[in-house]
Amino acid sequence: MARVLPATDVVIIGLGWTGSILAQELTQAGQRVVAIERGAWRSTATDFPTTFAQDELRYHIRHGLFLTPAQETLTFRNNGTQTALPIRTWGSFMPPNGVGGGGVHWNGQTWRFNPTDFRLRSHLTERYGAAALPADMTIQDWDVSYDELEPHYDRFEYLCGTAGLAGNIAGKVQPGGNPFEGSRARGYPSPPMQQPYAPTLFADAARDSGYHPFPQPSSNMSQPYTNPLGVKLGPCTYCGFCEWFGCGNYSKASPQTTILPVLVRSPNFTARTQCEVTRINTDSTGKRATGVTYTDAAGEEWEQPADIVLLCAFQIFNVRLLLLSGIGTPYDPVTNQGVIGRNYSYQTVSGVDAFFADKNFNPFVASGAIGMLIDDFNGDNFDHAGLGFVGGGFMGAGQTGGRPILGTLTPPGTPSWGAAWKQSVAENYLSSYSFSTHGSSYSYRGNYLDLDPTYTDPHGRKLLRMNFDLHENELKMSAFLTDRLGEIVQKMGPRQVVKHPRTGPYSITPYQTTHLCGGAVMGADPKTSALNRYLQSWDVPNLFVMGATAFPQNAGYNPTGTVGALAYWAADAIKTKYLKSPGPLVPA
Amino acid sequence: MPEPSARLCATRRYLLGSCAVFIAASMMSGCSASSLANSATDAAAAPPVQVTPGGWVFFTPEEAALVQVLVDRLIPPDPTTPGGKDAGVAVFIDRQLAGPYGTASALYMRPPFADGLPGQGPQSPLTPAARYRQALAALDQHSRDTFAGKVFREIPQDQQIAFITRMESGNLVLNGSNGRAFFEMLLANTKEGFFADPIYGGNRGMVAWKMIGFPGARYDYRDWVGRHNERYPKPPVGLSGSAT
Repeated sequence: MARVLPATDVVIIGLGWTGSILAQELTQAGQRVVAIERGAWRSTATDFPTTFAQDELRYHIRHGLFLTPAQETLTFRNNGTQTALPIRTWGSFMPPNGVGGGGVHWNGQTWRFNPTDFRLRSHLTERYGAAALPADMTIQDWDVSYDELEPHYDRFEYLCGTAGLAGNIAGKVQPGGNPFEGSRARGYPSPPMQQPYAPTLFADAARDSGYHPFPQPSSNMSQPYTNPLGVKLGPCTYCGFCEWFGCGNYSKASPQTTILPVLVRSPNFTARTQCEVTRINTDSTGKRATGVTYTDAAGEEWEQPADIVLLCAFQIFNVRLLLLSGIGTPYDPVTNQGVIGRNYSYQTVSGVDAFFADKNFNPFVASGAIGMLIDDFNGDNFDHAGLGFVGGGFMGAGQTGGRPILGTLTPPGTPSWGAAWKQSVAENYLSSYSFSTHGSSYSYRGNYLDLDPTYTDPHGRKLLRMNFDLHENELKMSAFLTDRLGEIVQKMGPRQVVKHPRTGPYSITPYQTTHLCGGAVMGADPKTSALNRYLQSWDVPNLFVMGATAFPQNAGYNPTGTVGALAYWAADAIKTKYLKSPGPLVPA
Repeated sequence: MPEPSARLCATRRYLLGSCAVFIAASMMSGCSASSLANSATDAAAAPPVQVTPGGWVFFTPEEAALVQVLVDRLIPPDPTTPGGKDAGVAVFIDRQLAGPYGTASALYMRPPFADGLPGQGPQSPLTPAARYRQALAALDQHSRDTFAGKVFREIPQDQQIAFITRMESGNLVLNGSNGRAFFEMLLANTKEGFFADPIYGGNRGMVAWKMIGFPGARYDYRDWVGRHNERYPKPPVGLSGSAT
């Protein structure tokens, strides 16, 4: 039997980006907040100092900062004709673990979604007609608008010190920025980062092609920054160890470098690390959460009662905990009914490799979010009539690192070992480059999450099962984006261009991206969404679910900017609406 | 660089703060008292330990001799850069197999095990250490059967290369299983050892980094972002210092 602890106002499950933001906002509003985190406490000085943070083997190859599949994994199949098998070692994506969550080891690419992304089904239907969308595509509107989120995007960017060049301030297009972005109230808090050689060449080639290159928005610091909480970040040193790694320089925005130094001083705040929440408890009506049950590192079980439960774990684990707790109706792909597990989506990424005879790119001079990109082929920034697909993505030259175990390229036809391989690696390391596209992933009836019937975790609880495949719409989009990227790269004068459009079936093995989305999405209709527009559970109004879990489908951008904006948007609703009158914020 | 005082201050404030959290939490439930103890030994927070050469930890002498030859065929020596053997790749693999990688302690190893589709990822019930032990024995046995009792390291180099090529193409059955899966693991581990920080036993003298022009664990290239199309001049450094 779990021992029952004294009640608190708010319990937070998971102390990553969203848990930290909500904890800070609600402790400031006078709430007593207990955050329960499965992983360890992590801080820059002890966990990723500059003396050993730059270790490709430990952090990238051996996944040093991530959740281990031994602790929890999920099973995977492309569709219902297959038997799902457990992901025994991570591949396609890397679930985070520990204080700071994915905010510790992200690249810092900090985007806003396009205004039309938030009313996707309405917009595409208006422009192209309902018949343009595949019958099994289940995209929907978010029930929150870009204009509503704009102040919250702004808060997240100013928390992070994001470096960039605005493309649209108060409706006026700005030179050098992304002309396709939604209107912002003010510019980025920091000027753009410096650009190395290849991104500069790419920008020239893109401009010559009639496109609109701009520096990637980066939450790695272009100069020292003090955020509105008074926390200081130092300038990025372009060390080339960003994604997969913690930053030893206090230069990458993370909960550690932006919020936690202030939050931990709040007398209203308590963190319990290495404690795993196993269940969200509800009362006999099932309509009210009473708190959570968790297991500590010694295997002892505790119950933490709370008035408000905030589910802030990583996307897939939010969905699993809802299913294991019996909250909301599980999605059934046969009847297309139910909401928990519905509309799982991902990100459709592809690449173009180029080999040059006369260039030296110094690929190790790198940062997670430097790069020059174009947005001309993202979302609905271009006319899709006659193309046979909807959606799009940004593309260009990022330079995230030249780490040698995984960062060497050889031209097609080179053996994978032996003297010829060795010679090719030596010849091409400094003069080859990988360009990329970052495409949308729309949702489908057959792409969903549920509980696996066979496999369990060490506590004996069912694993989540991922049912996912790439659909024709996304494959056509990826081919189109990769072709456009290849045309630009060709103008840079390489001796060889090799295109790698995304192809099916989806595989769990090669790393693609950790942008997992959906499964408990927000929307206007409780029949097709688990959460209302404030990320409040339709079924259990004192439960809010944060993160990309709420995305009805994914846009052609990295999700963290929107995850941060939604966290501030939800925090604002809890503070200004819910605390004054606890209950549903939107009538069901 | 941030002002030293600012960075120090941020660190100190942070540490003080996190201690306060632990104390507050442990008074509440006792949970974080154990958390504190655990996080002190948490793998993420410990500095890496320098691998020291000499002796084999996982491999038997026979296995080690075979692996030395294999890694030298996969990454052969050339006039400017040593091959896998002299770069310490076999030592690297030996120490990796003796540690958490070899025992698959981070992996999901619960049954039932079934062969899946390629897109479902590896499903072996065996740990990497067990896979090496089986495959290396099978490899030498296969060599003895084919080459009149000679083990792999005793056959001519061109035959060794042909042997490995058959493994790569999946045309060699090792101990009842396809040799390709073992080949892929061996090749991945060999490249890891060749290119990883020398602290793990391979990439001795940072020879692999020198070969390609990677400066290693240097942590500051601010002066070089804007220097386009120029070769970076400094030699590599590792986590435990510069090459001798």
